[in-house]
Formats: sequence, C-alpha cells, structure tokens
Amino acid sequence: MTGTRVLAGTRKGLFVLTSNAKRKDWAVSGPHFAGWEIYHAKGSPVDPDRIYVSQTSSWFGQIIQRSDDGGKTWFQPGSPEGPQTDEMGMPKGESNKFVYDTSGETGRPLTTHQWYDGSQHPWEFARVWHLEPSPDDPDTVYAGVEDAALFKTADGGASWFELAGLRGHETGANWAPGAGGMCLHTIVIDPRNHDRIYAAISAAGTFRSDDGGATWKPINKGLHSQYIPDPTAEVGHCVHRIAINPKNPDILFMQKHWDVMRTDDGGESWVEVSGNLPSDFGFPIAVHSHDPETIYVVPIESDSLHYPPEGKLRVYRSRSGGNEWEALTEGLPQEHCYVNILRDAMAVDEHDPCGIYFGTTGGQVYASADEGDRWAPIVRDLPPVLSVEVQTLP
Amino acid sequence: MAKIRVVLPHHLKTLARVDGEVALAVEAPITVTSVLDALESAYPMLRGTIREHETLKRRPRVRFYVDQEDISHDPPDRPLPEAIASGREPFIVIGAISGG
Repeated sequence: MTGTRVLAGTRKGLFVLTSNAKRKDWAVSGPHFAGWEIYHAKGSPVDPDRIYVSQTSSWFGQIIQRSDDGGKTWFQPGSPEGPQTDEMGMPKGESNKFVYDTSGETGRPLTTHQWYDGSQHPWEFARVWHLEPSPDDPDTVYAGVEDAALFKTADGGASWFELAGLRGHETGANWAPGAGGMCLHTIVIDPRNHDRIYAAISAAGTFRSDDGGATWKPINKGLHSQYIPDPTAEVGHCVHRIAINPKNPDILFMQKHWDVMRTDDGGESWVEVSGNLPSDFGFPIAVHSHDPETIYVVPIESDSLHYPPEGKLRVYRSRSGGNEWEALTEGLPQEHCYVNILRDAMAVDEHDPCGIYFGTTGGQVYASADEGDRWAPIVRDLPPVLSVEVQTLP
Repeated sequence: MAKIRVVLPHHLKTLARVDGEVALAVEAPITVTSVLDALESAYPMLRGTIREHETLKRRPRVRFYVDQEDISHDPPDRPLPEAIASGREPFIVIGAISGG
C-alpha cells in the first residue's frame, strides 16, 4: 500500500486530499463542483480509480458524478455528449433520475410516512445521502436517498432503479424525518456475504436484507429511545450511523441519537456500550481496520447542543469493543471548540498502523496516522464538511 | 424554426459547460415547454435540474423571467411573448434568491 486519498464532501464542493503511506504531507485539489453540496463521495473497493459523487442542490436537484481516473476528471455517466435519444425521442440524461418504483412487477405503491406534525406525508425524492459501491463490481453501486429508500445502479451510474422492498416495508407509515430530513444515510455490506446488506434510516432505525436488498426486516431489538411514544418500538429510532467489524461481520456498532450500541448477532439484538463516555450523543462511529474490537466515536454535548462537551474536541477510542473509553486529544483543540462532526464524516484507512480521519462543520479535516494517538489537520478552512471517505491505494 | 436565446444561472452553466447565453433552434409554438424541451435535448445533463423528471413540473426554487416579467406560474404551454420568439430578449432561468 503506497498511497492515501481522502474524499471530503462539503457544502460548497468536493476536495480530494492525497498523500503517501506516511500520511504526513498532503496535496489538496478542489473545489470540484464548486458551489454545490457534496453529500458523499466514495471509491470502488475493486477499482480505486472509480469514484462516485452525490452532488446536490436545493435549487437544481440531484447530480451523480463519476471519475474513472482517481478524481482527475469527472463526468455524468447518464448524460452522454450529443443528442443520444431514447425510444421516445427524448434525450438521455438519467444519472440523476431517482424515481420510486411503483410498478406492479417489482415496485411498491407510493405510500406515506409521518411528517413533522404527525400527519401522513407522501414519499418525495430530495437527494442522495450515501453511495456504497459494490465490493465485487465497479459498475454496481447502492444509493441511500431522502425520502428514505434504497436505489441501485448496475451500469456505472448511468441509470438507477429502486429496491422497493425497503420503502414499501409495512412499518413505513411509522417512519418519521429527523431534523435533516427522512434519509437513508448508512449502507453496510457484509464483507463475508454480499447479499447481506444493512441500511439505517433517520428516523426509522436499522434494517437488514439477506437477499441482496429484495426484502428487509427491522433489527432494532434492544434499542431504547425516550423521544418516541413507545421507547422500545420496532421502528422509529433515530439511528445515526452503524459500522461493521471487518473480521467478524456478525458484530456491528451503532451511534444512535443517544446511546452507543453493539450487536454480536447481525443485529438480532443490541446492547448499550456507552460506558464512561462524557456524552453518548453523537453522529459517526468507526471500526479500526485491523483490530476489530477497537472503535471510535466523537461525543457531542446533546441533541440540543450539537458541539463537543466543554468545548473540547475529543475522539473517544475503545479497545474493548465498547464500555471502556479513552479520550484522544493530542493535536485536537481543547478549548473554545464548537464544531460538529456529521455521521458520514469519519473514515479509517487500511494502512498499518491504521489511519483515522474526520471532518468538521468548521471546515477542518483531521487525520491521525497512528490509530488516533496524535492528530493534525490536513486542511483547516474548508466549507462545512458533510462527508469523509478514505481510499488506501495500491 | 425560431432562434431562442436562453440565459442560465451560474451552476447550470457550469453543469452544461457553456459560457454566456445559449442559442437554441425551437419549433413553433414557442412556449416554456418547447424551449425547455429544446434546451434539455441539446444539454441532456440539465434534465431534472430545472423541472422534475417524469412530471416535468418546475422545481420550486427555479424561476422563469421573460421581458422583465416573472412567468413562473403561467401555464407552461402558453405562447411566450414576441420579444422571446423573435430572439430580441432572452428567456431567463434563475435560481431563487436564498441560501448562502
């Protein structure tokens, strides 16, 4: 492994940060897609030159960008140059077309979910929150969208179709939007069995498919959420992020709205492992690449105060799979720090020692090349960071 | 075929990789629908950015100005004024003023 590439999606464009395996000196390129919100960018595990980007705007909607050369050049895979038309005579331009599947054959009727005032509201597409490239095929990608649903492309992002079993789940009427909208924000593919897929939705909870995304079941047993009428309901939980143990994929970790949780049986049951954290509210959670009982969170004061406790930016590491946590502070601001770290804005590389990265709403991207012991900013003054992914390059 | 001038907002110019105005050949009748059909045909990457896929409804934060009037709420198949049809004035697509 000789290289490292960090993809930082921000409110005003994508930044690509590159280094070697030492991860000390960094080159910064960007903003790519300047002025657009980049909710997420992620590379293919089987072809690191292949990168997919979710570019969005409240004005102009959703765009999908793709690079085949590691981020040097970009294109929209469903919008070929020139007047290429479909059978109806309309020009192609489908890489940003996310239409819920209501067909009788594969789809589900367009139902309703809870709205902020408790009334029922029809599903409406807003944006792609998360892109999860397949571990097998660079042309296959899953997309988690708002309003919550799962889409898939099998042609490199040129066209997308919904895996409607999740949106059409019988519990859908009880799903509700969080402050950021009703989004499917986390997609985790079991590294041992690629037909086993986990998806997390705010605010519905975690779901698992064992048949490649066709059918789904809620897996929220053990979760306890005071902010819903029945704190142990099957759905309605505001799961912020889940992460899988790469060595034993039956073990997953969860940062919930409040509470850090763990499962040892693929989500059938969860137990709380918040232990001695100063706050168990937070957004991201990450698992060490080589030591699967080592996990990372960034505690945030509360649901009302989205900044670190005491104004001290501290990553907390557990080497015991939860419950016992240590604060990692070296190189991080320990006074007057009031940034947030969003759910998709933390990632780990596969170097040895494992590197950890996270981005803040204050525009910093911090990196640690030694498992979190020491931190340094790669960049300090970007727009608010929405997502951070890292690629370990051959 | 009428030659219609279209002014796009900054972000859509970037997306379509154009500078300045766009010139389009549009068959009569000259309406919002026929102008946008011609625009999206020439620049497929703009599909879904001005009006929604499938329904072709104008996106809520996009506005259409013609000859110093906001016609965003007019029926999209109503003929546009002579100033637009003759190419004297451009058809202006604008993003609503909000955000940072």
